[in-house]
Amino acid sequence: METMPTGFLSWVIFLLDKYWVLFLKGAGVTLLLALVGTFIGCIIGLVVGVIQTIPVNKNDTLLKRHSIGLVKWLLSAYVEIFRGTPMIVQAMVVYYGSMSMFNIDMSAMFAGFLVVSINTGAYMAESVRGGIISVDDGQREAAVAIGMTHFQAMFAVILPQALRNIMPQIGNNLIINIKDTSVLNVISVTELYFSSKSAAGVYYRYFEVFFITCVIYFVMTFTASRLLRIWEKKMDGPSDYQLVEGDPMQDPCGYFQHGTVGGKDNGND
Amino acid sequence: MAMTNNEPLLEVKDLHKSFGQREILKGINFKVHKGEVICIIGKSGSGKSTMIRCVNFLETLTSGAICYQGKNVLDEFKELSLYRTKVGMVFQSFNLFNNMTVLDNCTVGQTKVLRKGKEEAQQNALKYLQHVGMANYINAKPHQLSGGQKQRVAIARALALEPEILLMDEPTSALDSEMVGEVLQIMRQLAAEGMTMLIVTHEMAFARDVASQVIFVDEGIIAEMNPPEIVFKAPENERTAEFLARFNNGR
Repeated sequence: METMPTGFLSWVIFLLDKYWVLFLKGAGVTLLLALVGTFIGCIIGLVVGVIQTIPVNKNDTLLKRHSIGLVKWLLSAYVEIFRGTPMIVQAMVVYYGSMSMFNIDMSAMFAGFLVVSINTGAYMAESVRGGIISVDDGQREAAVAIGMTHFQAMFAVILPQALRNIMPQIGNNLIINIKDTSVLNVISVTELYFSSKSAAGVYYRYFEVFFITCVIYFVMTFTASRLLRIWEKKMDGPSDYQLVEGDPMQDPCGYFQHGTVGGKDNGND
Repeated sequence: MAMTNNEPLLEVKDLHKSFGQREILKGINFKVHKGEVICIIGKSGSGKSTMIRCVNFLETLTSGAICYQGKNVLDEFKELSLYRTKVGMVFQSFNLFNNMTVLDNCTVGQTKVLRKGKEEAQQNALKYLQHVGMANYINAKPHQLSGGQKQRVAIARALALEPEILLMDEPTSALDSEMVGEVLQIMRQLAAEGMTMLIVTHEMAFARDVASQVIFVDEGIIAEMNPPEIVFKAPENERTAEFLARFNNGR
């Protein structure tokens, strides 16, 4: 019979020593679920957000207008339903429902990925839509005015700016997902919360175990938040620029300064 | 001044435009011939900007037609894209693509719409950037430039598609007086080279010196269309005289 630790700190050390693999595995699963879920969710959100902002002209054919209308209606139904119900309930419905209704025996892990992704997708769809709306309409007008189609303007001009604007939202979603994947313990996905519960049950040391769990969650979310901040900075690019000096097509008129230009010598290229 | 063919490059026929119940344009008719510089003047809210925006269909027409080289654009051009590459647009607020460098701003239309190769597009862009004195700034992002520099890049972006006509919607109105000069200088230069231009402007001196025709828009109609000598010295319409008098007093 081993000697039991006394005091809070010695329990923490004892439990860490005994269950560190369990904690680590749990944290790994949590992180995997959050990262994959957020990534796929972002893609879903991007697609939904882009479709929802397709403009409809009254000159378009009736068929086109109605089919776009129907798709938009379905997508907003998706967004409203998955934003409007708790993820813990969605997990139960998807996991057990797929079995009893469609006879699909998906693993708990797969159900986990699915639920986190479509849930994040619903939130991201609104973020993307907001990001697209927030880009000045002049950007779209300028793109269209040089002959771009709606989709060219969207992918070359508007989305890159919208994405930059919603980076903080993506970060938010990642952090929420790291924490909220804990609800997947109801379908026995062995993420961090589930692992912690197993570890806690052995010695009935709930406080000590969940203190450790708390610290692990915080380390993960804080790291994610800092990394995203760095990524944002990187997206912004350098804050200064290099003047091109002596470039291959040397400027024949020199600089234009305060409107004093000799606008000669340029009809011959 | 360039010769005037019989066939106008661009013709606006009985253009009407309403926003809801409010009719902004009440039957606009005019022609633009190759090589002409037409300045559109008038009070704020008279419909000048709406008019020029209708020309490249940034606003949908309520009724009427825009004809390009004798063809009704909406009938003859299956996609507006091709027509729009022939009709360059310069905006009051520049509208440079914020996510791109100066060079990319001037190449993206060529590569995406005209499907030119990257190399060719860059050479072409450089040529026009040089024309407006911005070739040294190809690596800068729009937010790093001054207003005048942005507008010069915007002009180069429009020119890079080698349009037949350039539409300018108050190109100097968002600039401070020092920068107005550098942009007007470019516009004078383009006019001297024979570029066809349709310019909404409040720069009366520019209109007087450079325009071949001046259009005075008042409450949604063209109140007067005449050469600048007439409009500025002896306007036919008394509302033109009133507007110019008020304008001169305001300065």
